[in-house]
Amino acid sequence: MEKLIISPAPHIHGGDTVAKNMTGVIIALIPALLVGFYFFGLGALVVTLTSVAACVLIEYLIQKYLLKEQPSIMDGSAALTGLLLAMNLPSNLPLWMIIIGAIVAIGIGKMSFGGLGNNPFNPALVGRVFLLISFPVQMTTWPRPVPFSTAYLDAETAPTVLSMLKENFGELPSTMEMFLGNMGGSLGEISAIALLIGMAYMIIRKIISWHIPVSILATVFIFAGILHLANPEVYAAPAMHLFSGGLMLGAVFMATDYVTSPMNPRGMLVYGVGIGVITVVIRAFGAYPEGVSFAILIMNAFTPLINTYIKPRRFGEKVKK
Amino acid sequence: MKTFRIGGIHPKENKFSAGKKIQVAAIPKQVVIPLSHYIGAPSEAVVKRGDLVKVGQLIGKANGFISANVHSSVSGKVTKIDVQLDATGYKRQAVFIDVDGDEWLDNIDRSPDLKRECNLSKEEILEKIKDAGIVGLGGATFPAHVKLSPPPGKKADVLIINAVECESYLTCDHQLMLEKGEEILVGVTILMKALEVKRAVIGIENNKKDAIAHLSNLAKIYPGIEVEALKVQYPQGGEKQLIDAIIRRQVPSGRIPIEVGAVVQNVGTTFAVYEAVQKNKPMIERVMTITGKDAPNPGNYLVRLGVYLQNVVDEAGGVPEGTGKIVGGGPMMGRSFMNLNVPMAKGSAGVLFLRDEEAVRKPMKNCIRCTKCVTVCPMGLEPFLLMNQSERNMWPEMEKNRVMDCIECGSCSYTCPSNRPLLDYIRYGKTTVGGIIRSRATAK
Repeated sequence: MEKLIISPAPHIHGGDTVAKNMTGVIIALIPALLVGFYFFGLGALVVTLTSVAACVLIEYLIQKYLLKEQPSIMDGSAALTGLLLAMNLPSNLPLWMIIIGAIVAIGIGKMSFGGLGNNPFNPALVGRVFLLISFPVQMTTWPRPVPFSTAYLDAETAPTVLSMLKENFGELPSTMEMFLGNMGGSLGEISAIALLIGMAYMIIRKIISWHIPVSILATVFIFAGILHLANPEVYAAPAMHLFSGGLMLGAVFMATDYVTSPMNPRGMLVYGVGIGVITVVIRAFGAYPEGVSFAILIMNAFTPLINTYIKPRRFGEKVKK
Repeated sequence: MKTFRIGGIHPKENKFSAGKKIQVAAIPKQVVIPLSHYIGAPSEAVVKRGDLVKVGQLIGKANGFISANVHSSVSGKVTKIDVQLDATGYKRQAVFIDVDGDEWLDNIDRSPDLKRECNLSKEEILEKIKDAGIVGLGGATFPAHVKLSPPPGKKADVLIINAVECESYLTCDHQLMLEKGEEILVGVTILMKALEVKRAVIGIENNKKDAIAHLSNLAKIYPGIEVEALKVQYPQGGEKQLIDAIIRRQVPSGRIPIEVGAVVQNVGTTFAVYEAVQKNKPMIERVMTITGKDAPNPGNYLVRLGVYLQNVVDEAGGVPEGTGKIVGGGPMMGRSFMNLNVPMAKGSAGVLFLRDEEAVRKPMKNCIRCTKCVTVCPMGLEPFLLMNQSERNMWPEMEKNRVMDCIECGSCSYTCPSNRPLLDYIRYGKTTVGGIIRSRATAK
């Protein structure tokens, strides 16, 4: 008791850290990753490892040599961006494209805005959309799911459910197969059940709240349902929309990104509804078969506006008896 | 089980001194009784150097409406009236008394017998509470008679007794309920009479099951008094949170509890009211908790006002090895001490020793916008935003975002995964905005 520390209250801390939250999300990604590894085999593993390593290395290099600050790669946020980027890529993408994606995600999407906490757009999606626009062919050619495949660049390809719907060809998988993940697609997006397990884990651990994923999924279900009821010939059934493409991955892991989503439950609901509506609009009326990435990036841009005008429920304001 | 409806956290309870019998602390050779309180005007000394005083004698007279009388807690000789560093960290006027024996004023009833009947009128009760210098013992030390005198046109319909003790470590209220349950209930009936209400609810958090059972059992013969077990959640002891938890009414922004028909008094205050009204005993002592993970004898002590905390701590086994911070009060809202040479005041609920490693804050990182501070804020504010605005001196924006509603419970800073000092900045902004609002009012 040589010297006492004087500081204002509170004098204790709950012990939560950035790294704990990032690790929590990474744990929640494991089921979906395992399904990806199962259906896409070696290719999925190579893509995932490359993306994570590239993202972490690029963040380290930028912090160390460009910004000349203490690298903070141990907080897990760069690794998480790498994982999320990989999950949004086809498992037969060449290594150099993945590395370009990582450079764009971390370098442009995150570090150019001031690093963790300051980026307006989800870095992994910035990387993905950059690749999608730059390399449209490679980014929309997905391997056919073959359990424990050892193929990588040479994998046999197959169309996704959404491209089949858009172009009216091919035999659609059953809803159950889609729910489990036995279909073509990016390596982390195929299995709805695995992604939902991850969501349940994050909600229980209080890493995310239910507002964003539930409002996105509900909006897509309702909006797609209305279109389907109006004209079942042209518009697919709502369950088809829920379990296909990147919707589940987007709703659970991409839209819930802390930095780029609104700061209170009411705002989160508005944001989720917005993503749901834009997604269905792109899928049903747009040129692209899939629109979740664009929908999330567009709503990311609205997040500051939502935060300005939609406030949390204040104490003492309109109380229900 | 009921609790408040917005925000809240649940820190580790660490109630090491729970169930420890209240020990009467020794009276030292000298006491220093502060004339100031945390809230309101300092009282005016009515004794001077060389005067002989008895226990319970008035030494400081209330100065204005929001102010309280101060009485001598010992018998002896006034040596000086001078400034003294108090528990809030400021130098304030205090009366220094050299102790000689323990001679009490004759009209104070010191027998342990319970006195249940009270035939005084509402006005007489209020007068006695005011004379006895009773202030809220929960921490804010707001004079009790002020809260019991609602402004004209306002009427309370329920009295709420705050026996929540939601701060970790502290157990003084808990132990008081176990040992003085009957006296507390009589105190409640007196307060009900003073407020002319038919209903009183004692709110106790469910981690004090023995106190809930004890008081529920005793309350059977007191019509109108209920005991409500509450789900453990901090900051349930906040006045607005407790009212919301128990009667589901939310006090609007900038208003006081009487606007929703409620008056809240702390359980320790209620016991002091019993002693003042039934036994003529002014507020000269209170129960406090001495505690900490390494404290040699965590316990509850009955301490006279004005005793240096060093004396009480020495009696409880001294400051443990490896203590990095000493906190007056609970870990969430208490104040850290520079040293223990500060006098015991009416609001001192405890002394808490924190280890070196708990005392140092972790380095701050970027805000990752995880929303946790918004989720835990019991007032529905946006701590991250208020901190950003405070850093940039954006006072009008802070006022618009309701910084004045902040109750400074610290839940935001406690929760932040980036260890950001949210409350420090918010408090700074709140002080500045409060000043702006007051100067605007004066200008009008």
